Amino acid sequence: MTQKITAWQRVLNARKTDRPKALDLIPYIFDDFTELCGDRAYGDDKAIIAGLAFFEGHPVTVLAQSKGRNIEENMACHFGMAHPEGYRKAIRLAKQAEKFKRPIICIIDTAGAFPGKEAEERGQASAIAESLKVFSSLKTPIISFVLSEGGSGGALALSVADRLYMLENAIYSILSPEGFASILWKDESRAQEAAELMECTAFDLYNKGIIDKIIPEPSEGFAQNKAAVISAIKATIRQDLSILNPLKITTLLDLRYKKFRDIGVKI
Amino acid sequence: MNTLFNKRKERLSLFQKLFTKDKQAESKTSHDLTPLMCPNCQNAISQVDFQAYLSVCPSCDHHFPLGAQERIFQIVDEKSFKELYRMAKSNRINDFPEYHKKITKAQELTHLNEAVVTGIAQINGLPIALAIMDSRFIMGSMGQIVGEKITRLIEVADKKKYPLIIFTASGGARMQEGILSLFQMSKTASALARFDDHGGLYISVLTHPTTGGVSASFAMLGDIILAEPKALIGFAGRRVIEKTMNEQLPDEFQKSEFLLEKGFIDQIIARKDLKSTLSRLILMHRRST
Repeated sequence: MTQKITAWQRVLNARKTDRPKALDLIPYIFDDFTELCGDRAYGDDKAIIAGLAFFEGHPVTVLAQSKGRNIEENMACHFGMAHPEGYRKAIRLAKQAEKFKRPIICIIDTAGAFPGKEAEERGQASAIAESLKVFSSLKTPIISFVLSEGGSGGALALSVADRLYMLENAIYSILSPEGFASILWKDESRAQEAAELMECTAFDLYNKGIIDKIIPEPSEGFAQNKAAVISAIKATIRQDLSILNPLKITTLLDLRYKKFRDIGVKI
Repeated sequence: MNTLFNKRKERLSLFQKLFTKDKQAESKTSHDLTPLMCPNCQNAISQVDFQAYLSVCPSCDHHFPLGAQERIFQIVDEKSFKELYRMAKSNRINDFPEYHKKITKAQELTHLNEAVVTGIAQINGLPIALAIMDSRFIMGSMGQIVGEKITRLIEVADKKKYPLIIFTASGGARMQEGILSLFQMSKTASALARFDDHGGLYISVLTHPTTGGVSASFAMLGDIILAEPKALIGFAGRRVIEKTMNEQLPDEFQKSEFLLEKGFIDQIIARKDLKSTLSRLILMHRRST
């Protein structure tokens, strides 16, 4: 697959303020979304909104990174950058989903895990590591969508899934183009150049075999035609569940293991 | 390769002489004996003391970073280390600017092909699967080869039912390999989940520095997590945090002692006690067959 616009343009598209956020989509993808809060150890992190819902009549667990849609929400969720308690809430509810045999649908949209003093004190590294490990062997189907920004380990924590998708204008990278430029050339203003070098678009990840499919966005724009994207996401979930639900758990886990085991060079 | 091997042999024989306290023999060798200065207490350390104290400052207990070869020498039984996947290298992995040059330079500096050495060995007669990261090699960063070597080693440990020990020393995922580096985190974590499920013992030993994508994957997933004193361990970089928080962080922030206090590691072990601690822990997990 090839792409028609530059990587930097994708970065700008992914970060557009009017681009729909997870909370804009959840009511249209699911019915009766019922939020479940807290990690049972420290607090409730609004950077990851979690809960139960029906997807076309079937119960599912929803784990969504939320950037917030206005300044108040932005502040409450630290612009979608989760603290350890956010990841621990996701882990808690993922295990609950496994217990009740509910599929898990993840929506990824974050610049990265929160880089702060308290996040370190409460074990950011440990929380993300645990999430990667738990999701890799969870005995229930997991489907993940990168909505806009997939930033580093903070996004990866919800990416260990049986199916991983990106929207056409979503990006996924090891660090922000600004951070990349700042490390490589000690000059943040060269972010645009960095973006081209980083191979961070949905097309790049598809070509590298990391994601399963690109969810197309309407030519008039995601914000202008939300319904088209919602219906594509719903069709994808519907089809995946019909394939993943009947699989034997051992097969499901073997396939998931292979999917992540096979990323990168072999020796 | 041969010169490399000879260099290492020479070095090991130097170590051995030191350990047998044969100072006379040692002084006859042509190795550089200029004293070192401890960056922590500024005291001079003679080369003899430096080796005898396992690259730890005798005055202030500052633990100098160790290269992978020295670490292997300190930890495993003599002649027991069998290296696996030694030839795997990243040289031609992609054409990221300057990357190839950077790797070649690191290879020359460290005499290693990559930032991790993997193999099987024995500790006081007990077989183990061992990985040792080397921070001199592009900051010990994890690219595809590092991720693959560690994953393969976990699979070997699983198959042979050996305890797995990983010494971490890394700045995180390797940015030159981009997104594929990031996904080595999930790859190694998935392999560890399987190993865990099959009852394998994994001890991770965090050494200076262990940050970013390595701390947020296999480093923090040990059944038992040990750390060397005063090692830098964390997720986000100090400068990034200071910029976000707009405040200065205390010196002890993200040090081993800080992580112990916050409950994220089991124990801090001085270098001289590492081998005996590891062998004791392994003995406590022997599987009845």
